Amino acid sequence: MRSNLRLFLLSGLLVVIGLAMLVSGFASSAPDGLNKVAEDHSFAAGAKQHLFENGPLAGYAVKGVGNDRLSTAIAGLIGVLVSFGIGLGLFALLRAMRSGTGSGEGAAPTRAP
Amino acid sequence: MHIPDGFINAPTSLAAGAAAAGGVGVSLRKAAQTLQDRQAPLAGLVAAYIFAVQMLNFPVAAGTSGHLLGGLLAAVLVGPWAGALCVSVVLLVQALFADGGLSALGLNIINMALVTAWGGYFIFLLLRRALPATRSGVTISAGVAGGISVVLASLAFVVEYAIGGNGGAPVGTVFAAMVGVHTLIGIGEGIITALTVAAVLAVRPDLVYGASDLQSPLVLDTTPGEPAGEVR
Repeated sequence: MRSNLRLFLLSGLLVVIGLAMLVSGFASSAPDGLNKVAEDHSFAAGAKQHLFENGPLAGYAVKGVGNDRLSTAIAGLIGVLVSFGIGLGLFALLRAMRSGTGSGEGAAPTRAP
Repeated sequence: MHIPDGFINAPTSLAAGAAAAGGVGVSLRKAAQTLQDRQAPLAGLVAAYIFAVQMLNFPVAAGTSGHLLGGLLAAVLVGPWAGALCVSVVLLVQALFADGGLSALGLNIINMALVTAWGGYFIFLLLRRALPATRSGVTISAGVAGGISVVLASLAFVVEYAIGGNGGAPVGTVFAAMVGVHTLIGIGEGIITALTVAAVLAVRPDLVYGASDLQSPLVLDTTPGEPAGEVR
């Protein structure tokens, strides 16, 4: 049912926005597994600055927003919406490609194990 | 797990970029063939979810954190091809946040999108064969395969480091350290993956690619008086 799916997507998106905006403030700021290994075994020195290191969203913070929590929350919201938008666009495109090649609906049954 | 610029030398990064482009190309073609109409918008949601949860670093050991990679989770929800694309989209978006080097994008796509979605899904299928064809079977398979997929991703990094790592640490040392810490992170990945798959299975089981065989009429539905195979 179309409306049912829409409701699912909408509530899913709300959960995702909540995670990115609210829960992200509680995330650990310790280095992740790879960075820790790189520090411990002295190959972290090789790391170069990211091209966008001074960009407006670098480090999941919005430049110019003083409050850290708020800054992370807004950065998270932007990232979620951009990812959602690109994802939707990409898969709409793929769907259009498929109907264009004529393999049609029935030709692509979901198959699994 | 995001490799910054400079960890791996330029020729290796470049070769990885070409390999990743090939992998993404294959995923695009296969996803276009197999993705069901109703799953297409779900794939957008999966990308957004992975972006959000990758922000949530959890502590794993003294002074170390980890976060969801999400490739196997995406593969179970929308299939291995579309799943690899979801993570690739996230890795691309993360460049805006200066996370993961631009020259290392190919390496990161290989480790976090292709190895986890494809390799992880292969393990998921093996586990599904061994476990009963129930929702719990799917959830447990997803959790365990998710955990293993993180270790596979860390092994992929070790291979890349062995080929073109900039640094003096011996490969064996890096191998032991990477696999050790990523086994711990894998436990977190497994828990988050299992919880997420269980939640979607509870609400819309028909949307879970890796559980589409459960939709057969032979499966008992717990709701009395309703046909088991729900069609929407």
